[in-house]
Amino acid sequence: MPFHEMFEPDGSVRACYAEVQNWVERTGIAGLNRRLDEAEAIFRRIGITFAVYGEGGDPERLIPFDLLPRIFTAHEWRILDKGIRQRARALNAFLHDVYHRGEIVKAGVMPADIIYRNSAYLAEMADFSPPGKVYSHIVGIDIVRTGPARFEVLEDNCRTPSGVSYMLENREIMTRMFPDLFSDGLVAPVDDYPAELLKSLQEVAPPACKGEPVVVVLTPGSLNSAYYEHSFLADLMGVELVEPADLFVDEGRVWMKTTLGPKAVDVIYRRIDDEYIDPLVFKPDSLLGIPGIFNVYRNGGVTLASAPGSGIADDKAVYIYVPEMIRFYLGEEPILDNIQTWQCSRPDELAYVLEHLHELVAKEVHGSGGYGMLIGPKSSKDEVAAYAERIKANPSEFIAQPTLDLSTVPTLGPASVVGRHADFRPYCLVGKQIRLVPGGLTRVALTEGSLVVNSSQGGGVKDTWVLQD
Amino acid sequence: MLSRTAENMFWLARYMERAESTARLLTMGQRMAILPGAHHRDEWRSVVRATGADCHFPEGTTVTESDVVSFLMLDLDNPSSIRSCLLKARANAKSARTMLTQDMWEALNDGWRKLDSYDLSEARQQLPSLIDWVKTRVMTFRGAADSGQLRNAGHDFLRVGSALERAQMTLRLLDIKYYVLLPETEVIGGSRDHYQWTSVLHALSGSRAYHHVYGGTYTPWQITDFLMLNRLFPRSVAYCYDQLAFRLNRLAGWHNARAECNDTIEAMVTELGALDSGEIFRIGLHETVQSGLAASNRLGAEIAQAYHFG
Repeated sequence: MPFHEMFEPDGSVRACYAEVQNWVERTGIAGLNRRLDEAEAIFRRIGITFAVYGEGGDPERLIPFDLLPRIFTAHEWRILDKGIRQRARALNAFLHDVYHRGEIVKAGVMPADIIYRNSAYLAEMADFSPPGKVYSHIVGIDIVRTGPARFEVLEDNCRTPSGVSYMLENREIMTRMFPDLFSDGLVAPVDDYPAELLKSLQEVAPPACKGEPVVVVLTPGSLNSAYYEHSFLADLMGVELVEPADLFVDEGRVWMKTTLGPKAVDVIYRRIDDEYIDPLVFKPDSLLGIPGIFNVYRNGGVTLASAPGSGIADDKAVYIYVPEMIRFYLGEEPILDNIQTWQCSRPDELAYVLEHLHELVAKEVHGSGGYGMLIGPKSSKDEVAAYAERIKANPSEFIAQPTLDLSTVPTLGPASVVGRHADFRPYCLVGKQIRLVPGGLTRVALTEGSLVVNSSQGGGVKDTWVLQD
Repeated sequence: MLSRTAENMFWLARYMERAESTARLLTMGQRMAILPGAHHRDEWRSVVRATGADCHFPEGTTVTESDVVSFLMLDLDNPSSIRSCLLKARANAKSARTMLTQDMWEALNDGWRKLDSYDLSEARQQLPSLIDWVKTRVMTFRGAADSGQLRNAGHDFLRVGSALERAQMTLRLLDIKYYVLLPETEVIGGSRDHYQWTSVLHALSGSRAYHHVYGGTYTPWQITDFLMLNRLFPRSVAYCYDQLAFRLNRLAGWHNARAECNDTIEAMVTELGALDSGEIFRIGLHETVQSGLAASNRLGAEIAQAYHFG
């Protein structure tokens, strides 16, 4: 029986959900479902949609929104807050180390292969220190809950974690529709996230920056699935939203084309992948990208957030070592646990995985978005056998984890409040200091029993409340 | 501001104006098609011609209401169809999303795929309500821009696009009135003219305004005066030129630099201001209108150059 975050096993309501329970009783399930239609209409009108690659149908689909909030107590948040900040510091320390002396390898804590032969390792970054030694300025850490006091990290996202616009908009919709729920100030606000993000980005201005740093958000363009988020963040920070074609390199700086002529740019919060940043360094055939920008970056003319090559820190093979990183760089014990993980690249672990595949979750090392994974207990014998063949063909490309007893969160069903599995992604900001707004994105698997919360596969989102003391 | 954003604002406004103008033209077409003798006159062709897209209907063929509703309302291959205009306006807005207020965006985003679900027969059946819907969309957008948008350069680019598009639509309508609506056997000022002119005034939403200025009578001279030279009627060429001069002057101020387009628009204002309707008919309405269209096209190109549009 998974841990239900709202109800005790005897059916009574956990204290932190008392207010929500009252609200559900007052409004009634039918009433809540009517309000849900209203919420969806607002989302669509505002234009908060995302595109799903290759699925056809509505090109600008809504992520399903669930009205019932997910709640953390102040005490629970204190643990999470510490653990998240700790992890974000360790990941950045690791990135600096692997692009410099590689102490963690020399000390025998991590094998060299896993880093230097990893396609996410960017040799072009070697011996270069970005401003403040910050590589990953926004660290999204995917966390699951497996018990009343047990949180485990599913994966880290050090490149450009998306979804923070949902954290803000979910709260916005909830306060717009149900102002009463927030009137006594019990829920910690999250709406200073954009201001905190801007501060963090300004703190890492490059040496060439004179005066107030000019920050921009770089988007691949309005057809990108996360474009709404890019424009939303630029808007709330009050900075320009640029596309690659708006930028060019000249005299050791990056410039944007404005109606007044060229204007120097200091910090680029880029929402495009490493390989599309600079065709001179990465993909020569890429039509995206700003030729010469990487050279300007290395010479201190501009800051890229996140730093190219940050992906090595969120690689699934590297993930296994994050608890060791925390001990090695910070001299602390990890506050948040990793999930036990078997590496198929190791013969003994591979043997275990193949034998127990029907009860494990197997993933591609470089996969993301919930694609290409196998959930053993939910798969047919043939599916498991086919996946086993894929693993045998290329063991180092796979890892496996136990099927977790994920907690369930209250979710609005057609006739009652039901329990659905969820995860949680906070967004930790790293500049000169580390900042974390009390909240994050809760993604929920809307299908009964499902463990896949990805929006590309039918997951939904809900507001996340951190209660104040 | 980014040059691309300026360009997006400029075209966003043009497409919204064009969507509304096209909707009004369809109403004009319907009004004229029910006038006596309409079937002799290929009224629907004049509607298409006013959008500048009559090359799609070769001379000698008959243009029907069905053709025009399909072409101007629904056809995605026609860049001036209402459906194309609304989609392109939204795409431009999306690209310049940070320049728009939430209300402006919502006005563009609300029901943006509505026309996708209409086939021709439904669109014809519900034409009046669809036209109203389009007009309401555009007016809501305009109202949102008017009441909420910062009066920065972005707003000026929006208004420049809007004034330029409007001036061109009025000029084209005048041109058509002169050429197409007047059968060779009719004398200027004949009674059918009267109905056709009023249809044009309706298309420009100026029929009541006209009476306030000129009383109950319609003469070609007064109508020309109203549509070309009146400085109070917001769809007259003179009014649009004034707006363009004002907005381009503000832009020169933001940028601390006058450009060629500032001189051009000021010359256009001066030249037009020196005319009266008698003078226009002596020069030739057609010639006056053609030179206005040429000047406004040149102006558009100069604006693009001054502000580094892609």
